[in-house]
Amino acid sequence: MAEPALSIRGLTKVYGNGFEALKGIDLDVSQGDFFALLGPNGAGKSTTLGIVCSLVQKTAGQVKIFGIDIDRDFAKAKYHLGVVPQEFNFSQFEKVEDIILTQAGYYGMPMKEAKPRCERLLKDLGLWDKRNGAARMLSGGMKRRLMIARALIHRPRLLILDEPTAGVDIELRRSMWEYMRRINEEEGTSIILTTHYLEEAESLCRNIAIINRGEIIKNTSMRGLLTELDTETFLLDLAEPLDAAPQVEGFEVERVDAHQLALSVRKGTDLNDAFQQLTRQGVRVLSMRNRANRLEELFVSMTSPPDAVSGIDSATSTPAKETAS
Amino acid sequence: MNTRQLLISLWTMVVKEVRRFVRIWPQTLVPPSITMTMYFIIFGNLIGSRVGEMHGISYMSYIVPGLIMMSVITNSYSNVASSFFSNKFQRSVEEMMVSPMPNWVILAGFVIGGAARGLGVGLIVTVVSLFFTHLDLHHPFLTLMVVVMTALLFSIGGFINALLAKKFDDISIIPIFVLTPLTYLGGVFYSIDLLPEFWQKVTMVNPILYMVNAFRYGILGISDIPVSGALIAIAAFIVVFWCLALWMLNRGKGIRS
Repeated sequence: MAEPALSIRGLTKVYGNGFEALKGIDLDVSQGDFFALLGPNGAGKSTTLGIVCSLVQKTAGQVKIFGIDIDRDFAKAKYHLGVVPQEFNFSQFEKVEDIILTQAGYYGMPMKEAKPRCERLLKDLGLWDKRNGAARMLSGGMKRRLMIARALIHRPRLLILDEPTAGVDIELRRSMWEYMRRINEEEGTSIILTTHYLEEAESLCRNIAIINRGEIIKNTSMRGLLTELDTETFLLDLAEPLDAAPQVEGFEVERVDAHQLALSVRKGTDLNDAFQQLTRQGVRVLSMRNRANRLEELFVSMTSPPDAVSGIDSATSTPAKETAS
Repeated sequence: MNTRQLLISLWTMVVKEVRRFVRIWPQTLVPPSITMTMYFIIFGNLIGSRVGEMHGISYMSYIVPGLIMMSVITNSYSNVASSFFSNKFQRSVEEMMVSPMPNWVILAGFVIGGAARGLGVGLIVTVVSLFFTHLDLHHPFLTLMVVVMTALLFSIGGFINALLAKKFDDISIIPIFVLTPLTYLGGVFYSIDLLPEFWQKVTMVNPILYMVNAFRYGILGISDIPVSGALIAIAAFIVVFWCLALWMLNRGKGIRS
């Protein structure tokens, strides 16, 4: 059986101030997988990935990259690793092409091999025309693509994408998804993705782990996770304004504003029943849509503090709405 | 990494560092040349003509080696300090940390880059000095050895400073409050024979005195102190500083949480 692309056992991180960021997590990412590592801010995602790519020192535990223990031969393990961090981490004053070729040099890649590879990546990522410009002149989306090109220059077998599409417009985000799918499917690159766009994780990833307060609280397939969802919330746009939410037996209805209702529907419930009840009360529905994507609802319910789990209250669903596209 | 890959990564580091200071040449190469020209004009020509000779050599010729060495020291130090700290500040140091490059290659890359700037500026200052005086190179090999070793030593010092620095102010404290006074008091402008006995002894603990005098010996053939001792001291400092910098880098001091 092939070694996992990434294997983590008992990974612990305690920072100097005593904060325990990771509480002995275990995680496996198979070769060729497109894996989502999700969690709220401060949950331990970046600490985990930071340890994997040597930016953070672990307190205890074992990390193996394609079977190579980072404590034994980190240099060898690093050859298999490409990292796209959350924040821009290149010299803003360097030329685009120089940033990528310099990174190739750090991996000991000869220039005659690095140049054509760099050209291909820049063309694939739509940066070829910008190759001679200083990196600071690029737009936010271009800077993200530059970091992807840089991470791929040495042909890593495992690519870590830490919020790669943050601040990127929808059109560009979707073209980046296509590119990531392509390198995963055609080149067999294993990918670990962290993102706040849960639609992104749902669309791209086959497996998922959710981390919260330094612990893995879920580690399963994306399909398996989504089947656990037993409630969906729909937003109903109304023809006439309402002063109060109507009573709909068997459903939970919340008045969002005068022209909108939120209807929570449990798995297996007949939606027609809700519409019939609304029609009887003279409520006309013009259109409906999901309040948030399905994964987002699950995520919020899993990572909310215990006293907020009874339902997806308005306070916890607000940020989810903001991040949904 | 195999030897070829190590050499490629080291070359990449050095090229990146040299490209940086060449790209911003108006900030890195021109100002020291102008400052030293001012020293030559004011201290060498105007004041020096009234000072007369020192150890039988014109005052202008006497101060040239010290001024060259001063340029080498400050530029080697500040190049690495500002370059590495900028890498920390912009987080581009992570590019190196995630790569398989060993830490000694990272350190060597910055140190060679810093020494390259120090020696480059030293060469420019030497050429400028030739407009003001004539220099006989008494011991070319020794001169080269001392200046290269000094550039390397202060480049390593700059690296340690940048590792420890948390803000930009921290990389200017040592050059302003330590290097400049030690350089001025290290016999650049005078022979320590002119000092009272007590201050002569105090001056002997200044490491820059040894570098300036060894370099002056290489160019002019005169020195206030034994040159062999100076060479051993510089070499010993290089070894100690190199080991300290590498140890700090391996521990992730200032760059890993």
